[in-house]
Amino acid sequence: MSATTFFGKSERKALIGPILTNNPIGVQVLGICSALAVTTRVDKALVMTAGVLLVTMLANVAVSLVRNHTPGSIRIIVQLAIIASLVIVFDQVLKATLYELSLELSVFVGLIITNCIVMGRAEGYAMQNPPLASALDGIGNGLGYGIVLIATAFLRELLGAGKVLGFTILPLVKDGGWYVPNGLMLLAPSGLFIIAGLIWLLRTLKPELQEKD
Amino acid sequence: MAKLQDILARIEHAYFSPGKPLAKFHPLFEATDTFLYTPPSVTKGTTHVRDALDLKRMMMIVVIALMPCILMAMYNTGLQANLALDPAKIAKLEGWRHAIMGAAGIGYDPRSVLACLFHGALYFLPMYVVTMAVGGSWEVLFAIVRKHEVNEGFFVTGMLFPLILPAATPLWQVALAISFGVVVGKEVFGGTGMNFLNPALVARAFLFFAYPAEMSGDKVWVAMDGALAVDGWSGATALGTLRAAGENFPQAMQGLSWKNAFLGFEPGSMGETSALACLIGAVILIVTRIGSWRTMAAVCIGTIAMSLLLNAIGSKTNPWFAIPFWWHMVLGGWALGTVFMATDPVTSPFTDRGKWIYGFGIGALVVLVRVVNPAYPECMMLVILFMNVMAPLIDFPIVKANIKRRAARGGSHGGS
Repeated sequence: MSATTFFGKSERKALIGPILTNNPIGVQVLGICSALAVTTRVDKALVMTAGVLLVTMLANVAVSLVRNHTPGSIRIIVQLAIIASLVIVFDQVLKATLYELSLELSVFVGLIITNCIVMGRAEGYAMQNPPLASALDGIGNGLGYGIVLIATAFLRELLGAGKVLGFTILPLVKDGGWYVPNGLMLLAPSGLFIIAGLIWLLRTLKPELQEKD
Repeated sequence: MAKLQDILARIEHAYFSPGKPLAKFHPLFEATDTFLYTPPSVTKGTTHVRDALDLKRMMMIVVIALMPCILMAMYNTGLQANLALDPAKIAKLEGWRHAIMGAAGIGYDPRSVLACLFHGALYFLPMYVVTMAVGGSWEVLFAIVRKHEVNEGFFVTGMLFPLILPAATPLWQVALAISFGVVVGKEVFGGTGMNFLNPALVARAFLFFAYPAEMSGDKVWVAMDGALAVDGWSGATALGTLRAAGENFPQAMQGLSWKNAFLGFEPGSMGETSALACLIGAVILIVTRIGSWRTMAAVCIGTIAMSLLLNAIGSKTNPWFAIPFWWHMVLGGWALGTVFMATDPVTSPFTDRGKWIYGFGIGALVVLVRVVNPAYPECMMLVILFMNVMAPLIDFPIVKANIKRRAARGGSHGGS
């Protein structure tokens, strides 16, 4: 029965699971590098989320479509070729449409190729599952990554510059307001503190995630 | 006295014992109880080192060793503020501190020890109270959630932290920083004894990076509004003056007095200015064997070695190369860091040989960074934090080598 259902249990699990219970950053602790680098502002985080979401989804679909024709010995090369092509397309589109932002994101768009989440889903999920479920899994993981990224960027931009998406929320002292911006939030370590805090929170709320040592 | 003990026991039985309404807050009761009396519980196992020295006594000796620094912090904070103040502008002083000063009728005479102590205390004590209240609340919160006892470790952190702050630090920044220091520097790793970074230094580093405008420059070290200061007054620290001097370095160096720097009559973080006060603390810590003499000696050796090396290399463009080691030892946070921060038993290596390497690293790095990196003249805290991170790495090969040596000596029975 479940094989013929368009949106069955396994599809829902593929979409919803990675957002919270199997969050790629919060639970699998993947994709941390870019999460530290591009979370100084919410707009950067949004673009990065879009990139990872699209690439993961499309790469999953493509890998899934050729999964039965890919020899095991060269599967990683095939996956990488697909992912790299998609990232290059995304990078070009970004340069054509949001040039300023693409300059600020610099190498981190290109580095989506090496983002463990993309490769991990292609190898770990799309190689064993049909295209539709793989697409949903890609979207779910992109969203799970994006939620953590945007939450972190929200806190960093708000506390570090008193703004969200460029709009002033907390008026700064130097502009006649009351808020003294926290310079640490603009440095990479604060990304670690916030993400580590989120992981801590997640594990406290869901004790089953804690490893037994 | 027995009566109080009786009352405490009754309170515990009525409210804090398991099943009673306040059982959750037992750590809070326990902390008060053991603060007043020696706990009745003793170790029961067979293999256990018994010693009169426990965590509580150890921490209290450190607090006693800190007393000269604290007195000096209050006196010098007041002295620097009173020296900076233009007597003609006393009437323009505002704020609650000056209301208290006015009500007490003590005045702002820099020659009066009492006036200086009183003025300085009005800066030091509020920071201390905020540190203890906010940091202590986090400690109690974690103790209650994790169901363990509140321990005395925070007394020392709470005392050290205000000592390494500039006098003009706003109290809300003190509260924010100590929260960060206690939670991120200590509690996330499991609390006292589990942390690999010194919580007071973590809090200070947080302020340094979060509020650079407030935490460096010339305006923060003296608790006096620049507009009310005498003409030509500069609130820069000795290291700051030298850094700003540029080509006029020799004249700036001439303008400083080694005796003043040693005694501590100069602007700086409140408790760090006096090398003499730290020296008294060092003697107390070494005599009672609380602080490691190896670590302190190693920091001295590292400082001397690196200074002499840089003196020998010399530089035509950078006069800092020529600073002799006896100056490095009285400037900035060197003395306080060496005596009270580097020797933290939790965050320094555990092996004796490790302590030598660790201390030498601190001493050598602090001189190197001061001399060649213009961005961080006051680098003692960052250097100690860096070596804190290295400490487990220093211990590891030493412990491994020791195990190997013993295994070789004992043949196949090694390590039994």
